Amino acid sequence: MKIQIKNGRVIDPKSRFDQITDIYIAAGKIVAIGDEPQGFHANRVIDASGCIVCPGLVDLAARLREPGFEYRATLESEMNAACAGGVTSLACPPDTDPPLDEPGLVEMLKFRAQNLNQARVYPIGALTQKLEGLRLTEMAELRDAGCVGFSQADAAITDTQVLVRALEYAATFGFTVWLRPQDAYLARGGVAHDGFVATRLGLPAIPHSAETIAVATILLLVRETGARVHLCRLSSAQAIDMVRQAKVDGLGISCDVSINHLHLSEMDIGYFDPNYHLVPPLRTTRDRDAIRAGLASGTIDALCSNHTPVDDDAKQMPFGEAEPGATGLELLLPLALKWADEDRIDLLDAIARITLDPARVLGLDAGYLAVGHVADLCLFDPEKRWRVEPAALRSQGKNTPFLGYEMQATVVYTLIEGQIVFDAAAP
Amino acid sequence: MSFNPQLNADGSLRHLLTIDGLPRAILTHILDTADGFITINEQEVKKVPLLRGKAIFNLFFEPSTRTRTTFEIAAKRLSADVINLNISASSQSKGETLLDTVDNLAAMQADMFVVRHAQSGAAHMIARHVAPHIHVVNAGDGRHAHPTQGLLDMLTIRKYKGEFHNLCVAIVGDVLHSRVARSQIHALTTLGVPEVRVIAPKTLLPTGVEQMGVQVYYDMALGLRNVDVVIILRLQNERMRGALLPSAQEYFKYYGLTPEKLSYARADAIVMHPGPMNRGVEIDSTVADGKQSVILPQVTYGIAVRMAVMSLLAGN
Repeated sequence: MKIQIKNGRVIDPKSRFDQITDIYIAAGKIVAIGDEPQGFHANRVIDASGCIVCPGLVDLAARLREPGFEYRATLESEMNAACAGGVTSLACPPDTDPPLDEPGLVEMLKFRAQNLNQARVYPIGALTQKLEGLRLTEMAELRDAGCVGFSQADAAITDTQVLVRALEYAATFGFTVWLRPQDAYLARGGVAHDGFVATRLGLPAIPHSAETIAVATILLLVRETGARVHLCRLSSAQAIDMVRQAKVDGLGISCDVSINHLHLSEMDIGYFDPNYHLVPPLRTTRDRDAIRAGLASGTIDALCSNHTPVDDDAKQMPFGEAEPGATGLELLLPLALKWADEDRIDLLDAIARITLDPARVLGLDAGYLAVGHVADLCLFDPEKRWRVEPAALRSQGKNTPFLGYEMQATVVYTLIEGQIVFDAAAP
Repeated sequence: MSFNPQLNADGSLRHLLTIDGLPRAILTHILDTADGFITINEQEVKKVPLLRGKAIFNLFFEPSTRTRTTFEIAAKRLSADVINLNISASSQSKGETLLDTVDNLAAMQADMFVVRHAQSGAAHMIARHVAPHIHVVNAGDGRHAHPTQGLLDMLTIRKYKGEFHNLCVAIVGDVLHSRVARSQIHALTTLGVPEVRVIAPKTLLPTGVEQMGVQVYYDMALGLRNVDVVIILRLQNERMRGALLPSAQEYFKYYGLTPEKLSYARADAIVMHPGPMNRGVEIDSTVADGKQSVILPQVTYGIAVRMAVMSLLAGN
């Protein structure tokens, strides 16, 4: 299959290329950008006039809900959602049921995902057995099975000695440990940020210190063990400051934030809307502004969807009992662009945060466009608006705080290895 | 959601979920209506036909004696049919979701749900879900709100003090876990009380409570000075089990309302408590039964306030 993409605004964050031109694809690879190669006969010509062509998105956190939570979502439904969102590579956290703590489970997931022939799936293995925070998993075996990092997802390691050993062991092999920093005791029972909104609504609260204490602990242990750590879903201004300083000090640290925390704050909870029950909790507008600034400056490496499909029964509960999480794969691109638009962020930088930069965190040779490089790309219309409503989402999870919002960009095509895996015009 | 979920488009009351955000005129209207019902409650025939033919479901997902009983009496005096459901013991344990329970009861032609639930926001969720002709009254949700309790406290204060605009009111105790305190604070500030104080150790005060319009005191002698109304909150025994407080004895010594501590307040100060009381923990018996105590009248006014709320929401 040879494809010519004509007259698109081609944006590549790696070479900082931004120009209206043509892309030629053959045998799964980009064979030319600009002039047509000699003897190229396209089987298909895509007119990208008015559209942007960028690398396929790389998402650092997408729960596909398999195995164990198929009533919430299936690999098929969520991989479709990924393609519809322009996502061509994604990392999935290990909090499945059972958790991804054995090579067989990881192999099965990779196998099932490969058969769907859609987005590339990069499992994050469990750091401890059953995510219990007690005994280490066979990390090297899990790496051989396909894991690209190790994580506790949202489960805690309360025993700091276990954390030290997990970091030391991972560092032995050069594995990256993904940690969502949260002190389990300070967060116990909490469902919202410890501030005025939780006080007014009478919601059990999680203070800033639940995050900052955990970040401080992790940073000290990174210094001590030499482990490489990726901090997931930061939510507070102070934690971002701490990461900034750690990077100045040359620590092997990276971090991400979710689309929800980039745009929302505790104020948005309104009258107990369970769609705003998220992990970590939405914090103050000051924290949100620090997240936006940190993502702009690059202190925060990547923006992720933190895609967490939840079924209706689990969501239609009083705020505190409602299952936390939000669907996100199809909102990652438009919400990155919304941020860029609102904060006047260079489009190249905004796209880098959802392509090249997360690929670096994963250690992947992905997230950029170049001649000879694999043709994973996303083509979107930056002017075509759509409204977020259940019927508009391919994900089985319809739970998102952005229900009713108008998004300002629409994915038109997604290509993986030169194959069209999503065509918005297709029935 | 920018609209107020408890008001109709014309600004009238559709549900009573919280006092937060209700205009003063609505609060005053409820209190005035309740005033009228106090006299009915003193008559020999205590029934009025305002809710004849209406079905009111008391949905109590959390145990309660006083609140449920006063709601039941109030509904019956308004001639409604009352159905009491103690849900914690029935369908919830069979795995039925809260909204399924509500749907099933709505299908039995309910006109009003009186809801108590351990989770903050439960009444809001039910109100969002029910058909337009069904009214929801929050009888206590988690730590969030207990609006009829707040209103009956205001009725009590108005009965004994006449006005709100010249008062100083102190709320003492476990504000952190108290839906009653939150409703009282909103009611007092909305009705124009110029000085509302909370007095408690830091472990029992929620973050940013001053932003609700109260002044924070940690010391009873300072906090009770020149106070017209002292509201004592219930301190649940389970609070002693964690690290919130060292012991009931120490709490009583520093925050329990004794005659000596009450003497810091104005000589004509009234003492209130939403019940049930823990004598010797948050309040001394001498005070609870003393001449400044209006704790029993509070219960009586509770019936009038609940009659007022239900008749305003669903009255013929």
